[in-house]
Amino acid sequence: MRNTQAVQLLSELSHTGRRAETFPAADVPAHSLADMIPAEYLASQPPQLPELTEPDVVRHYVNLSTLNMSVDTHFYPLGSCTMKYNPKRHERLAKLPGIVDVHPYQSAANMQGLLAILYEMQEMLAEIAGLPAVSMQPAAGAQGELTALLVAAAYFRDKGEHRTKVVFPASAHGTNPASAAIAGFDCIQLPATANGFIDLDALRKVVDKDTAVFMVTNPNTLGLFEPDIAAAAQILHDAGGLVYIDGANMNAIMGITRPGDFGGDMMHYNVHKTFTGPHGAGGPGAGPIGVRDFLKDYLPGPIITKTTAVDGQVTYDLTTPVKSIGRVRTHFGNVGILLRGYFYLRTLGAQGVRDAAEQAILNANYLKAVLAPILNVPMGKYCLHEFVASASDVLKARGISAMEIAKRLLDFGFHAPTVYFPLVVPEALMMEPTETESKETLDAFAAAVAKILEEDAAFLKNAPHTLPISRPSDVQAARNPVLKWTPCLRD
Amino acid sequence: MAYLFRTPQQQTEMLQTIGVPSIDELLTQIPAGLQHRGLLKLPPALTEIELEQHVRRLAADSDGASTRTCFLGGGAYDHFIPSVVDEITGRGEFYTAYTPYQAEASQGSLQAFFEYQSLICELTGLDVSNASLYEGGSAISEAVTMAMRSTDRRGNVVLCGGVHPEAVQVVQTHVLHFGTDVRVAPLVNGVTDHAALAKLVDDQTAAIVVQDPNVLGALEDVAAVSALAHQQGALCIVAFDPLSLGVLKRPGERGADIAVAEGQSLGIPLQFGGPYLGVLACKNEFVRKLPGRLIGETVDRNGKRCFVLNLQAREQHIRREKATSNICTNQGLMALRATVYLAQMGPQGLREVAELCCQKAHYAAEKLAAVPGLKRFSTAPFLKEFALTSDKPASHWQTKAEAAGFDIGPCLNRLPAILGMSAVDRDRAFLVAVTECRTKDDIDRLAAALQS
Repeated sequence: MRNTQAVQLLSELSHTGRRAETFPAADVPAHSLADMIPAEYLASQPPQLPELTEPDVVRHYVNLSTLNMSVDTHFYPLGSCTMKYNPKRHERLAKLPGIVDVHPYQSAANMQGLLAILYEMQEMLAEIAGLPAVSMQPAAGAQGELTALLVAAAYFRDKGEHRTKVVFPASAHGTNPASAAIAGFDCIQLPATANGFIDLDALRKVVDKDTAVFMVTNPNTLGLFEPDIAAAAQILHDAGGLVYIDGANMNAIMGITRPGDFGGDMMHYNVHKTFTGPHGAGGPGAGPIGVRDFLKDYLPGPIITKTTAVDGQVTYDLTTPVKSIGRVRTHFGNVGILLRGYFYLRTLGAQGVRDAAEQAILNANYLKAVLAPILNVPMGKYCLHEFVASASDVLKARGISAMEIAKRLLDFGFHAPTVYFPLVVPEALMMEPTETESKETLDAFAAAVAKILEEDAAFLKNAPHTLPISRPSDVQAARNPVLKWTPCLRD
Repeated sequence: MAYLFRTPQQQTEMLQTIGVPSIDELLTQIPAGLQHRGLLKLPPALTEIELEQHVRRLAADSDGASTRTCFLGGGAYDHFIPSVVDEITGRGEFYTAYTPYQAEASQGSLQAFFEYQSLICELTGLDVSNASLYEGGSAISEAVTMAMRSTDRRGNVVLCGGVHPEAVQVVQTHVLHFGTDVRVAPLVNGVTDHAALAKLVDDQTAAIVVQDPNVLGALEDVAAVSALAHQQGALCIVAFDPLSLGVLKRPGERGADIAVAEGQSLGIPLQFGGPYLGVLACKNEFVRKLPGRLIGETVDRNGKRCFVLNLQAREQHIRREKATSNICTNQGLMALRATVYLAQMGPQGLREVAELCCQKAHYAAEKLAAVPGLKRFSTAPFLKEFALTSDKPASHWQTKAEAAGFDIGPCLNRLPAILGMSAVDRDRAFLVAVTECRTKDDIDRLAAALQS
């Protein structure tokens, strides 16, 4: 039950002299700090952190947690984010000794079991992608994009080619152009066809000998499979360029079709989406990439290699590819998240992976069909794992915008869909129910949307009405940014 | 078993509502020639009990810090993690939530991250902290590109040789293709050679990066580095160890314009290198150049205090190729771990941990340097980590330690090259880190093992 007492900040709970954690006295002969550390480096006092008891800390954060919507507590149909159920077995297994306590610089001989798991994960990711070489270093999808673009740049450099352009459709996630710019490429945005698909003619016009990479999300951000993906890939390959598949929407196609089979040369996964990471209120994720064989020597290291001796003894080791682009981060990767992805894939197996994708598609099409009488979905007769509805008609007819529907849904106990993305659909409401929701939940959600569309527009402008806060003022936040507390540590 | 709800009857009803005879009909938008025939070649599905047995068997074939005795350092440390950290971050309301884009439904995460930013500001003595980056190395790299934007200098960046060499590689990966020269100042006696450093800095230098304690554990003269940077109009980036600030002066008091850290020591388990936490804080004047998410305080329509994602015009989902960074997913749950950890520690706890590490590390340095053949690599002052060397390869000592159940290192030759250390130095030197979790008995037994 939510605590209705006013929420305080840690700094407001603080009282001088209170403590939570205490430590034993030093069991070694003690020296004064001044004997060990030059006086000019020493602080006169420790940082002014709040002073709290352990019960303070626990009640504070447990109460804060109840102010969140989450997958554990609510239907969370946030398009493009794949908010599927996060299995509890993953949490226990990821905390086992021999896994959670392995230091990155331990000798490989003492972590063969962990390396065996990660090696198998590497292999499974290659198989699902249809791309044989995998690096698990990137910490998130955006870092995966950047890594792959740097791999592409190194490949072209090695071939003596100087290619400067990265092309992407208008519907691309913001990370695509941002990653391309950071990798030093010029960004070329491609207009879409009237149906929101890749425009092959437009693509032909921009692709030339200076084009390094075409970055494309497939299924695209409308939840539709690009019908001309193979032809688009051919255009790139004919010009000597590479095709990058943004794997944000892999949940729709895993086990059904593979990026490597539809023309992709490189891709990233979002393990926190497709393989149920979980999302952690904004991370950590893991963004491993898969690439074709001719790109494998450029991958960041280390990757895991397996050798089998003549006597059958298997050994796993960490190696860095010969022409590696170097590191995009310190240490191996976001292992904790990769492990959860591994546990998930080992639970599902090949049939389970395909079943999950099919049920995600079934759920999305069902929700789309149930909403169809009340909410227009401009693009696509059938969708894959998600669809983008438009509130344009209801805005015109009743003055109800996508934002109002989203905010009011919160009152009904549903997280809002993604709104105003992709930009190609006006008043967009992007809905991704995922496979781990029941028909009953989808029906209840659709009923809530129907009810909202009949509500008074003025009432909706002030939604939500029942949450811990009403709509926050973004304007005030931006005009006068307050980005930390004003200390009010008390005696 | 894919956590599905389907029943044959419901599936039929759903297909009827959609108006198709089968799921295959929905898949026809994927050209038949591109569809995968048959099932993927994945290992067989396991039930929960089988998975548990399988993973436990493999985990038993790995030995981590809880079964071995860990003196390993190099940027990741076996510090104590209070139980409350796991209890709080294990709550589904936190770890199964998404990025807090819907503020009304995310006040828990938003306030926690606002508190994180506030705590990092207290810790660093700087004005603004973002809501987290991936880990220490890419935080340095983000700070460097932020400095390039802030100073409008693209010519070069200068890194002190004590910056973790993996982080040096990360910086090189990120900026070399801009034509920016990455200059590294050599170490002398395990710390920055300030004369050599001064020669590398010029009016095209965007920033100097100094790590303190540095990769060898030695303490650097940060104030001298920042003075040099400011003389040349460059920014000073300080990579710090959060726990060291229990005893050391804060980066903001030593001239840092931007402070970054590997936040692993703030309640984050070792887990073979990640997920960790990239910390980044800066002076107010650079706030619009900050990469990553920022949480701000505001009021709702009833005037009630609340928190929102703020200044999003810097970010990729708005600014696309002109964004300050491509980062989207950050390390939210790790930032929450750090927040709970710091709340639990308080100023006294932080000070005690830092002091305990320092006392124990100094005892260990004395004890281990007394082992015949071993000596300190550098006489520079240190906090919790130091380098040892001998006329034998480091692996000689590491093998001895490992056989007795101790992990020491890394050997410096396991890391990329460090400027100012010869190949012979790197083959012979290794690190020893001592946290509050190690006892006098652990240290004595390690010394005995190396002596045997």
